[in-house]
Amino acid sequence: MNAPRSAHRTNNRELALAERGPVPVDDRVTWIGALDPTLRNFDIILKTANGTTYNAYAVRGSDGVAIIDTVKQAFAEEFLARLEAVARYDEITAIVLQHLEPDHAGALPALLARAPHATVYVSQRGLQVLRALLKDDFERYAIEVVRTGATVSLGDLTLRFLSTPYVHWPDTQCTYLEERGLLFTCDLMGCHFCDARLFNDRVGDFRFSFEYYFEHIMRPFKRHAAAALDLIEPLDIAMIAPGHGPVLRTRPREYITHYRRLITPRLARETGSEKTLLIFYVSAYGATAEMAGAVYEGAAEDADVRVSLFDLQDGDVGPFVDLIEEADGLAFGTPTINGDAVRTIWDLLSGLVDIETTGKLGAAFGSYGWSGEAVRMVEGRMQGLKMRVPEEGLRIKLTPTPEELEDCRAFGRRLAAHLTGRVAPREIDLADLLAR
Amino acid sequence: MATGKLSFDDLAVTVNVPAGTRIIEISEKIGSGITYGCREGECGTCLTRIVEGAENLTEPSALELRVLKENLAGRNDRLACQAQVLGGVVRVKPG
Repeated sequence: MNAPRSAHRTNNRELALAERGPVPVDDRVTWIGALDPTLRNFDIILKTANGTTYNAYAVRGSDGVAIIDTVKQAFAEEFLARLEAVARYDEITAIVLQHLEPDHAGALPALLARAPHATVYVSQRGLQVLRALLKDDFERYAIEVVRTGATVSLGDLTLRFLSTPYVHWPDTQCTYLEERGLLFTCDLMGCHFCDARLFNDRVGDFRFSFEYYFEHIMRPFKRHAAAALDLIEPLDIAMIAPGHGPVLRTRPREYITHYRRLITPRLARETGSEKTLLIFYVSAYGATAEMAGAVYEGAAEDADVRVSLFDLQDGDVGPFVDLIEEADGLAFGTPTINGDAVRTIWDLLSGLVDIETTGKLGAAFGSYGWSGEAVRMVEGRMQGLKMRVPEEGLRIKLTPTPEELEDCRAFGRRLAAHLTGRVAPREIDLADLLAR
Repeated sequence: MATGKLSFDDLAVTVNVPAGTRIIEISEKIGSGITYGCREGECGTCLTRIVEGAENLTEPSALELRVLKENLAGRNDRLACQAQVLGGVVRVKPG
């Protein structure tokens, strides 16, 4: 009999939320977003245990009103109702698009159709998404590309833009309301946490949601988040107004400091200038394990490369994602079973979507009985992860001979040389490449 | 047949290729870190730095020029799915 009580509670909660109007953030800035308390899954990749908010803001200056972002299309009516409670459409002079993903730009067409005097401010990379979003209507609107340093005056208030790409799309940017020290950040420092009390000093405990959001949205873009923080940290910040979750009005600097901590590598301090190579393998009859050991020996001959060897059999692959994030090179050893790499290897490779792998060195090897497709498949996945795969994968039929194990050692030596930049340049003909 | 040398800085490998070869045709096979999205010159994913020999590539089309601009490409950046080697030496690395 629990279900009806639970449903009753949810309905009451939703009703209470739906009745709420716009929320003052300060005397010139109003939250006009939407609450989505029943959302349980976002972008497929995130669980949202208590929903989310789509935060949009109205900024009223002496000479115009700016709207910062919109909401998911399904919430357009709620957004427009809140907007209408604080401004007339013909007062809107600026619409700032900090990120064009549908949860922030979904209500844009509805807003544009009502705001005749508005100019849209978007990043250069956002322009192409905006064109795709508006289609034939694109030419109808006043659209201006902005980058770091550009400003828009609302009379006595000024919006200053910060180009902060890849946190977490190419188009992302932040907006600083200079006179109030209020920083609009869209997804940066946001989280999926729905609480109508809205401000970080009033809502429930959202620490888990904040870190979980970072792990799944920002973590693959740490390098870009660092560049964004470089722009943000020197600012005098009184409040951070993100695109999801609580508005950070109490101790906003702590959230910036926390982000800086989350993006800072840990391992680098211990390995110094050494390059790191991680070798992972799974072996059915011991042949791929022998290969892995020989690759390890070869690579470990290089004093400037720190090599680690991991047998993934029966192991949980999750923790290795952390190691891989800070490694320079990865080598995967897998037998071919049923014409495929083994599941544990795929599990680990699929987990790498949460981190940045761009430019890392990748290599694959493995023993096989009949066809040996696994090595090529793993190489393809690594290229999909934007890794470089300079050495053709090493495949050995059944058990390696002493000579073949020496080939594995040489393979390891070459991987080490690629990592240290000491590899001898090669020249090959197209025909040799096609014969691979 | 006219040929050119296409070098990948991230791999320390040079491939001798016939004139008219697109960078994409070689970079994937050789294992370069240059990555691709649409493969049709529209998405800008394969933005590639031309370290040397930009003059030995085909001129960019109007579409490529637009995509390069929208993706804030530098003077020496090209789309690897579009640029073809005409001859001489071309050195590239992932953008």
